[in-house]
Amino acid sequence: MNTKKLSEIWAKYRPVLIMIVFIIVAECLSRKFLTVNNIMNVLNQTSMNAILALALTTVILTGGIDISVGSTLAFSGAAAAWLLRAGHSTVLAVIVALVIGVAIGTLNGIFISRWNLQPMIVTLATMSIFRGTTYLLTTGSPISVSNPAFKMIGGGKLFGTIQVPIIILLVLAVIMHYVLNNTPFGRHIYSIGGNEEAAYLSGVNTKNVKAAAYAISGLLASVVGIIMTSRLSSAQPLAGQSYEMDAIAAAVIGGTSLRGGQGKVVFSIVGALIIGMLNNILTLLDVSTYYQTVIKGIVILIAVMIDAKSN
Amino acid sequence: MGELLLRMEGISKAFPGVQALKDVSLNVYAGEAMALLGENGAGKSTLMKVMTGIYTRDEGTITYGGREVAFRNSRDAAEQGISIIHQELNLIPHMKIYENIFLGREIKNGRGGLNKKAMIARTRELLDSINVSLDPEREIKGLSIAMQQMVEIAKALSLDARIIIMDEPTGALPDEEVDSLFRIVRDLKQKGKGIVYITHRLKEVFEICERATVFRDGQYIDEVPVSELDNEKLVSMMVGRKLTDQFPYVDPLDTDETILQVENLSNEYVKDISFVLKKGHILGVAGLAGAGRTELAKTIYGVYPHETGKIRLKGSDVEIRNPNDAIGKGIFYVSEDRKGDGVILGSDVKTNMTISSLSKFTSGTRINKKKENEVCEQYRKDLNVRTPSLRQLVRNLSGGNQQKVVIAKALMSEPDVLILDEPTRGIDVGAKKEIYILANRLKQEGKAILLISSEMPEVLGISDEILVMHEGRIKGTLTREEATQEKIMSIIMSQS
Repeated sequence: MNTKKLSEIWAKYRPVLIMIVFIIVAECLSRKFLTVNNIMNVLNQTSMNAILALALTTVILTGGIDISVGSTLAFSGAAAAWLLRAGHSTVLAVIVALVIGVAIGTLNGIFISRWNLQPMIVTLATMSIFRGTTYLLTTGSPISVSNPAFKMIGGGKLFGTIQVPIIILLVLAVIMHYVLNNTPFGRHIYSIGGNEEAAYLSGVNTKNVKAAAYAISGLLASVVGIIMTSRLSSAQPLAGQSYEMDAIAAAVIGGTSLRGGQGKVVFSIVGALIIGMLNNILTLLDVSTYYQTVIKGIVILIAVMIDAKSN
Repeated sequence: MGELLLRMEGISKAFPGVQALKDVSLNVYAGEAMALLGENGAGKSTLMKVMTGIYTRDEGTITYGGREVAFRNSRDAAEQGISIIHQELNLIPHMKIYENIFLGREIKNGRGGLNKKAMIARTRELLDSINVSLDPEREIKGLSIAMQQMVEIAKALSLDARIIIMDEPTGALPDEEVDSLFRIVRDLKQKGKGIVYITHRLKEVFEICERATVFRDGQYIDEVPVSELDNEKLVSMMVGRKLTDQFPYVDPLDTDETILQVENLSNEYVKDISFVLKKGHILGVAGLAGAGRTELAKTIYGVYPHETGKIRLKGSDVEIRNPNDAIGKGIFYVSEDRKGDGVILGSDVKTNMTISSLSKFTSGTRINKKKENEVCEQYRKDLNVRTPSLRQLVRNLSGGNQQKVVIAKALMSEPDVLILDEPTRGIDVGAKKEIYILANRLKQEGKAILLISSEMPEVLGISDEILVMHEGRIKGTLTREEATQEKIMSIIMSQS
């Protein structure tokens, strides 16, 4: 009876429980881990990957994938920097960057839903295309940004302690959680990932819903592009390269099924936090980044093994 | 009479809630073709799957080559000389003929690489032995269905098959290619092979088979030499069953109000379809597998576009471009393939029930989950869906209860026209009756129901009128009073 209850809790909150165990172990390994400063630091560093994990989760829930987010964030960030350098306002730069993100996402969505092309291939192509346009726009070297208002987005703090990106992440997480769990659109996303044909026959406009999922993914990627450009005070031609992989890893560690239809955005953020804390504790312990990469891979494997076993 | 190659005796097989086979027997003789006959769902495929080890039998014995056997899987059966040629051919289109024939048991050379030469030569020999002139190095893609069947047969021979099972081999074959298939079948018989020939086309039985074994409802009826049979006798053996209380019937509403009218509907799948569906009536659609009934339903539902023709709802022309349109206009299609495209197995009961009518529970952007729960609870009680809770995954429900979830989904969208495609396929007898009673109730509440079913007693039992479809066309219309299984069968058989 008690074990049954425990196993139910384990099944329901697995990623959170793993994170708690992780925190306890990390704290035992280093006394510097559980300090306000360090936690804020982890959250701040994780915020970009966590937002991308929101993007990827939305798309993966439909049974798709979006590996173009790294290029999308680079191009929209570069566009913002380019506008700022030309003397335009922060508001305009942000809006244009967001519009670019939505546009790239919609483009992905149209190719995938209307033309029935495979998401992996389409986003592989747009990944290349928009990395290329980023090179063209930046002419291969960083565009630096000096606008103080813009720099607040990535570097500012609220109440002197909480970095703005953490706030942005929280707001986006709440919105995405609401959208996916409380609106018809969210139900439609899950139903497409669960059984696209059944969803279609049940009257779900599968094409539009899928396209919208990619548009959301593009939008979220451009938010990350803005944060990164602001934080670095410059747009880098190579910004965000291979970030999609960490975002996919976060979603998977959070229990999102790559087959679609199963997962929760909140848990994907937990997945991103686990990756972030892992990097953090290894750094605190002076483990070289080379080992960190190896260990991250092993953690992903363990996560999917636990997942496969539990299902 | 040829030597007895294989004997199945007293075979029984049950699935949860369904007794698929009950004490059936089948003999296969060398140098003869045994026709395996019965309506859809009579248990023919199940028996073949039991024979080739895809299913394990609950009871009974299979004697083959002088000893009792139990194959582990179809590959095991094939290696011991029993090959099955499925209706959907199992060839890989982008691979060459010889690659397909030797798939999974490639001939290797001394260094562990492929010995292509040997495989090609052996393939040529095999094709020659059945007088088929095909280049072993051709890709499967681009071959006609008949030629692909020849490749399957060659593959069976490459395994030294003694028994070859053919599951409706002419089902997808153009008439002009049937002859070349028959030539090969005769040739195989001459070589002493035993053939099990599954078909719906009775005239082929007389042309190519020596004996026939007839099944009905998973039960063995008889084994008869074809020389002692005629068409009429065969049909009555296949369908000779009485309708009982299993099919409660209620009178239709006393109205002539037309809800759905289809006029000259044609496309790739259906030709020149016209019919009228009245309020408070059940219109049955009978026919064999592949008659185009599901395609007709999906054309009306907007899944397939129609090239010509009109669909009228309550007197006005409508344009239905997709299921979303159809549902909005008051048509709901309950799919024949419950697990494939009817339910979302990994979602819970509630999510499945409301997916088509979320707008009814939504104010602003938010789904009112309390209201959703209340309505689902009401439908659960009303349709007697047996589930521990609305949060239970549909995967864990029985077939009958899954079907009730789908019907709940349909009813929540408040349709005028309900298309039920094989609504009782794969569900147990008790649940079937519940579905019939439900259909009757909906009919009395004024819904117009199009009932597609391969189970003739079902169509006959609860329809007010019956359309008989064959090869994409309506071949006849029967009133409830005049309809019998024999009449339906003879309409179907009359032109094929």
